[in-house]
Amino acid sequence: MAKRIDISDLDAYYGNFLAVEDVNLAIEPRQVTAFIGPSGCGKSTLLRTLNRMHEVIPGAYVDGKVAFDGEDIYAEDVDPVNVRRLIGMVFQRPNPFPTMSIAGNVVAGLKLDRGRKVKKSEFDDIVERSLRGANLWDEVKDRLDRPGAGLSGGQQQRLCIARAIAVQPQVLLMDEPCSALDPISTLAIEDLVRELREDYTIVIVTHNMQQAARISDTTAFFNLAAVGEPGKLIEAGPTQQMFSNPANKATEDYVTGRFG
Amino acid sequence: MNDLTSGLKRRRATDKVATGVVYLTALIAIIPLVSILIVVFSRGIAAINAEFFTSTMRNISPRREGGGIFHAFIGTLEQVGVATLIAVPVGIMVAIFLVEYGSRGKLAAAVSFFVDVMTGVPSIVAGLFIYTCFILTFGFDRSGFAAALSLTILMLPVVVRTAEEMLKLVPMDLREASYALGVPKWVTIIKIVIPTALSGIITGVMLAVARVAGETAPLLLTTFMTQSLNLDVFSGPQAAIPTFVWDQIANGTNPSMDRAWAGALVLIVLVAVIYIVAKVLAARFAPKSK
Amino acid sequence: MNGDKVFFGLSRAAGVFVLLLTLGIGVFLAVTAVPALRENTANFFTTQQWLPDANPPAFGIAALAFGTVMTAIIAMVLAVPVGTGIALFVAIYAKPTLGKVVAFLVDLLAAVPSIIFGLWGLEFLMGNMIGVSAWLDTWFGWIPLFANDQDVYTRSIFIAGVVLAIMIIPTISAVTREVFVQTPQGHVEAALALGATRWEMIRMVVFPYSRPGMISAAMLGLGRALGETIAVALLLSALFEINWHITEPGGNTFAANIALKWNEAGSIGLSALVASGLVLFLITLAVNMAARLIVARKRDFVEGH
Ligand SMILES: Nc1ncnc2c1ncn2[C@@H]1O[C@H](COP(=O)(O)OP(=O)(O)O)[C@@H](O)[C@H]1O
Ligand SMILES: [Mg+2]
Repeated sequence: MAKRIDISDLDAYYGNFLAVEDVNLAIEPRQVTAFIGPSGCGKSTLLRTLNRMHEVIPGAYVDGKVAFDGEDIYAEDVDPVNVRRLIGMVFQRPNPFPTMSIAGNVVAGLKLDRGRKVKKSEFDDIVERSLRGANLWDEVKDRLDRPGAGLSGGQQQRLCIARAIAVQPQVLLMDEPCSALDPISTLAIEDLVRELREDYTIVIVTHNMQQAARISDTTAFFNLAAVGEPGKLIEAGPTQQMFSNPANKATEDYVTGRFG
Repeated sequence: MNDLTSGLKRRRATDKVATGVVYLTALIAIIPLVSILIVVFSRGIAAINAEFFTSTMRNISPRREGGGIFHAFIGTLEQVGVATLIAVPVGIMVAIFLVEYGSRGKLAAAVSFFVDVMTGVPSIVAGLFIYTCFILTFGFDRSGFAAALSLTILMLPVVVRTAEEMLKLVPMDLREASYALGVPKWVTIIKIVIPTALSGIITGVMLAVARVAGETAPLLLTTFMTQSLNLDVFSGPQAAIPTFVWDQIANGTNPSMDRAWAGALVLIVLVAVIYIVAKVLAARFAPKSK
Repeated sequence: MNGDKVFFGLSRAAGVFVLLLTLGIGVFLAVTAVPALRENTANFFTTQQWLPDANPPAFGIAALAFGTVMTAIIAMVLAVPVGTGIALFVAIYAKPTLGKVVAFLVDLLAAVPSIIFGLWGLEFLMGNMIGVSAWLDTWFGWIPLFANDQDVYTRSIFIAGVVLAIMIIPTISAVTREVFVQTPQGHVEAALALGATRWEMIRMVVFPYSRPGMISAAMLGLGRALGETIAVALLLSALFEINWHITEPGGNTFAANIALKWNEAGSIGLSALVASGLVLFLITLAVNMAARLIVARKRDFVEGH
């Protein structure tokens, strides 16, 4: 599992508005890559171009190339459905399906192409494996058939992670997965990210510098000249170096908390 | 073939079929409307002329051509007018009760619920009610006014709902600013809240008018049909455009069917014009959200 | 201060008036229905004839109930899928501008008066539907419902059901699209991000989330179909017998029967028609109340979390 992503010359638009301009970035497998930068600089937009969720918004499109282990995900014959299956996503606000049980949420993606052909016992295995993978099993194993919406925010977010990894993607994209959570849940998710790093390529957007420093191997810093201007990748490198000795003045100002 | 392009055949096919079906249903919905408009226009235009708008059916036998819709037009105008005159103030008062006074109370919840339920009362039942109550129990004769009362019942819930929606859109600050000046609540409602919501209420009333102007069933039970002009909505038989069409269809002769189609054309144009104007106004006055 | 009291009293009175009105409809209809029901020598619920002004009066609503329910079922079978499809088109599939245009046209269809649906159905659609009915008879005649032994395909329950379907499509699609657009974007995106196709996303998120609203939309449509008068009165041949062959001439409904029999009815006749109207009122009342309660429950369910 776990594959690399190479972004080259990527522009992302909302209609006529250029939100992200000319990004070139390599995302290494089995590493955590963090996107940081002031709000509105296009972190979420870029993240969503990596599994073709960007184009879900009416009028939104991209220009450029995103290679998934060498294959362009924007090639003519690629179905976005396949891309999203291989590159999973966790959102800022936990969004378990309210009409499904906890177990139902976990296997929701799996049921899509396996239908009901899969044996119940196999589903049970996958539910357990995914929930364990998301460090949630012990908390919910007695109420798998209860609605997912009944869980706490942090539990819901881990359920969403379980749901995403149940389909065994290669890459996991996370858009500020802790920003709606309390500190304890945040720590739980951070631990989880460190564990998941063993098996997945992870890209995480965060506005929390300490979090980026704690959990990521590589950090990419984005910035925008002014509101209404496109966001750009300023620099990317090993997290250690980005926080101790960045090449760019703006990066330094940002990581030391002097603006943003 | 690789990870990104493989598989999915069946699922993609299902998705394509679903998309096709959804587009098809949109088409299916448009076909009857277009068909109705074309058929009504092409068959209705034959009997449309100046005489049709200016004369009544008095002394015109079903087998003869000629005659017109004037008496029915006046009847519809008066009946719908009276219905509006009653339904609008009552409806607005109900809405005021729901929005300004009743919020969260048990009575308000009940009223709100039954307003919704009244929206679903069949028009013929409204006619039956006016017949049993106003005519049978209170002893009044069938008249244009009785018909107007049955239309009132159909208008009322629509007026309440739109007025309620519009009152809710009036910002709380506006009311509070007025209270802060020492203006009593009822004056605030009449002088500040209602005028602010008025344009929205008017478009809602127009939609309600468009709805009841085409009603036939309740009129059949509450008025007697006539071929002559009757200006007095309170007594004697009075025609209306929908019952005119009904009557002409019942005659069944060729000239009568021509008149039925012409009446249908007048009715559909009348309703569509009110409806479209209301929609345009609604779009114009809609609070700018987003 | 006093002005406030008076104004409050007035608005409250208006509210109470609405309650009394709904109640009053039931009461006045019931009271008026009593004489006919008392004089009736036949079973009101099972009799398939309508002779209230005969001596002795003998009438029952069996055929009316059958026709009413049957036309409404046909209307629902056709209108629910189509109305749902339109709602999906407007809320999810179409570009916003095209969606708005389609929504406007469908709403306009709702504004067309019943008498025009009736006239159009009678003079235009009925002739054009003969082929469909005959086709149903030829290929599906082995199902009793579609068999046609008379080889006459007009003025049937089937054609009335089709016209009713067209009439209630706007109701169903309007309510349904309201609930569809309320599906939280977060859940839509979650489904897509899991690799669902658009249709799978709809089944996974939109339908489950909208289910109470969809049921309620269908019931509002049903209420309208059950109570529709004039279009049905023009289309059916108003026979007083239950005929399961829905493409054959026949059928009658509560509402249509009232409109058709009203002017020829004597005093017991009128009372009998009111009795049948009371049944119609109670049925539509139940359907509408159920529809509203389902939506209210859903509101609690969503806001409760
Ligand atoms: N759905 C959208 N439609 C139009 N513009 C958008 C949309 N989402 C984001 N944007 C714009 O794109 C830019 C980048 O936004 P975003 O990617 O959300 O930034 P970040 O995640 O770094 O805060 C901002 O200027 C934002 O206003
Ligand atoms: Mg963001």
